[in-house]
Parts: sequence; C-alpha cells; structure tokens
Amino acid sequence: MPVLKADFGACQGYANCVAGAPDAYDIDDDGTVVLLKERIGAEDLPRLQEAARSCPVSALTIEDA
Amino acid sequence: MSTTVVVGSSVAGVRTAQALRTEGYDGRVVLVGAEPGPPYDKPPLSKQFLSGARQAHEVTLLTAQEAHLARIELRLGSAARCLDVAARRLRLADGAELAYDTCVIATGAAARPSPWPVRSGLHVVRTLADSAALRADLLRGGPVVVVGGGFVGAEVAATARGLGCAVTVVDPLPVPMGRLLGPEVGAHFTALHERHGVATRFGTGVEAVTGESGRLRVALTDKTVLPAATVVVGIGAVPNDRWLAGSGLLLDDGVVCDEFCRAVGTGDVYAAGDVARWYHPGHGTRVRVEHWTNAVDQAALVARNITRPEHPQPYAPVPYVWSDQYDWKIQIAGTPADATRHTVVGRLSGGTARGGALYGDDSGRLCAAVTVNWPRALVECRRLLAGQAPFDTALDRVDRLAARAAGRPGATR
Repeated sequence: MPVLKADFGACQGYANCVAGAPDAYDIDDDGTVVLLKERIGAEDLPRLQEAARSCPVSALTIEDA
Repeated sequence: MSTTVVVGSSVAGVRTAQALRTEGYDGRVVLVGAEPGPPYDKPPLSKQFLSGARQAHEVTLLTAQEAHLARIELRLGSAARCLDVAARRLRLADGAELAYDTCVIATGAAARPSPWPVRSGLHVVRTLADSAALRADLLRGGPVVVVGGGFVGAEVAATARGLGCAVTVVDPLPVPMGRLLGPEVGAHFTALHERHGVATRFGTGVEAVTGESGRLRVALTDKTVLPAATVVVGIGAVPNDRWLAGSGLLLDDGVVCDEFCRAVGTGDVYAAGDVARWYHPGHGTRVRVEHWTNAVDQAALVARNITRPEHPQPYAPVPYVWSDQYDWKIQIAGTPADATRHTVVGRLSGGTARGGALYGDDSGRLCAAVTVNWPRALVECRRLLAGQAPFDTALDRVDRLAARAAGRPGATR
C-alpha cells in the first residue's frame, strides 16, 4: 500500500499540494505541510502523485510499503 | 503503439511526460529539449542557484534514470525546428524527424531581450547558463543595476544584495508592484527593497546602457547616470512560438488553444505552460500564464485529456504565484486586476511582517489575495477563491486566522 512521506524541513508552505489533494495535505499555522493520512489506496495514487509532484521544492514523495 | 511527442524540456514538458505515465498512458513518450543537459527547474535561477545555495544538479527536474524508469525517451540537445500538423511529423534542428500520434507543445518562453546592445556585463535570467554567467559577474563585485522591478528583477536584487553587492533597481512605474496589487500594497514592496539597503529609482526609465562589463553606464530618463559593473534586465518574457510559424497552428502571443488545451483546429496537438494561450472558461477569454504552478497543473490536465479523450476536462485554474524576496515569502492567488476594493489584514511592513491583503470584485466576491510570510492564510484564500466565496466571508475567515496566530482575538486590524 503506498505511503505518503514529507520532508518537513524542505517544505516552504507553497501549498500546491493542498490545492491538488486537500484530503491528504494541509498547511499548519507555521506554514509547514501536514499529512492528513499516511496510507492511500491504489485508486487515489495518480491524483496524489500529481499533487506530490506539484511541490516546487520536491518535499513530497509517495513510497511503496 | 501510439506515440506522444512532448516538445520542450520545461517544467510543463517534463510534468506532462511524467503525468502521462501516472495516468496510465501506455504508448511511447518522447521528450524533446533544445538544451543538451538534463531538464532543470527555473525558479531557483533568480534565487538559490544564483546565490550559490544550490548547485546545478540540485535543480534537475528529471534525471536520466528517472526518465528511464518512467519509460520517457529523452531527445535532448536539438531544438524543434518545424511541425507538420497534417503529416503529424516534428522536425528537429539536427535534421531528425519524429512521427507522432499526439504532440504537446511546451517550449516555454524566453526572456524579453535587452534593447541595449552591450557586449558584456549585461544579463537576462532565464536559463541555467544565464544564471551562472550572472553569478560569476556578481561575485566580481561592483555596483549592480537591475532594470525592471517585477518578480524576477526583485528576486535578483535581493539575491545580489545577499551576496554583498550594492544594488539599484530601476523601473518606469512609480510603484512597480502597484500595477498588480494596487498602490497601497505595492508601496510595501518598494519599502522592502529600501529596508534591505537596495536603492530604488522608480518612476524613471532607462534611456541607454553603454560600456562593458565592470564599466557600464546606465543613463536614465531623468538625465542622471548610474555607473554599474553589472546590469540585469528583467522586463518580461515572450513565448517560444516562432518555430511554429508555417505549421498551420493559430498563433497569437502563444499557441491558441481551446478550453481543453488543444490547439484550435486540431485534435491531436496540445499546449501547456508559458507557451499556451487557452480559453479559460472562468474568465471567458483566452489567457497565457507564465507561472510555475500553472505549468504543472496544465501539464497534468493535458496528460489526462490525452489519456481519456472521450471525457476531456476544461482547464479553469485559480492563478497562483509565489516570490521569495529578502525575508519575505510572498504568495498571490486569484486575479487582483479584477478588484474594486481591498482590505489589509495583519502587518505588511518590517522584518517580522505577517499579513496580507484581500481583494474583492464588483460582484461582492473574493477575487484575489496576497500574503506575506503567511502560507496558512494563503491556503485558506485559495480554497475560498475556488469556492467563489463572498469577500466578507473571506475577510472574516482570514481575520480569525490572524487572531488565532496572534492569540489575541480581534487585535490584528
């Protein structure tokens, strides 16, 4: 099952991920990404992969677990 | 097996190729790029790459290995020369011809060239080589004059200042950022330069640049002359669509597309990113957008529409752009040009600035927002914009965020 990962130190709060997948990503008061879920279903993978790739600093990845 | 040829190794081109695989496209994917090196990301060229904080390999968008794993065939180092839409063939500068079933034009935009013919020391910033050459000149020291107070000019000024250069920014507009954000909010961006020791000569044009690297002279319309070791010209960009003249595609400051990002008059040619001028159903007109996020979003949509042509989706994004200048993270969403009123929330001055401005249109809706050092509020505004929220509702939400951040209800405005 694919797992969402984030490099919290790299995150700059650009928030493209939130626009692309508001069910999976949010931004906290300090401007850092929050993962709203960890494991995702295969049917969500294309959409979440595109949301992850919309990060300007490549802080988001999706790994196979 | 069908073949999609993506023309341009811009972020739009790379992301289209990747998104085709993500969407399950099973044919050949060929990515054509004019530059010989691996595709790279452009936002760092005026910031982290220019400052030296990031090296060339750290701005790569797609390595050879990643391309191999995604079955993306890289055809780098040869520019596209002409497109034969009827025969579905693309010819490259090296003479090679590629046959395609679907073509995506993602050739981006080029820096608007400097109108002043100077042999050395004058730079634009658009490619990795541009940024590396500018960095070498900045490291030699001496005063820097930046022509253009928009995003690229302001970011280069901030980076050059960070490298210890004496910097002056020149722009013919009295408040350069005021054109986009209105004079009141725009004035805070002028103050940002001045607070960091960068001189501004706004409301003044450039008449001529003469001399050579290390000994340049920038003559202004007010008859003063600025000596400069290095001059940077950031006066906009022009779409790379000239190679398509004669292709039969409709060109008008970019490739003219329908709401599905298909080049009008074709069924198998798409465009994405800076080069695309598409019909935006939300605005009711054709627009061309030069922002990174638009390139990425448009690439994903084009890949979807190629993969599922029986259910094409229209492309109607809320515009979003960011800029990092000095100690400010600036984020803008929506269309401030539509505004008839605005309200400032929080603080837009000083080193600990954290605030924004909300813009409303004449229908009473939120039409845009700008935030400084406040990503949380920008996220909220992007949601509100997507939902076409009333201005007053949006203001109330952002006020509450400000109060929560300050821990003092109602104390921020």
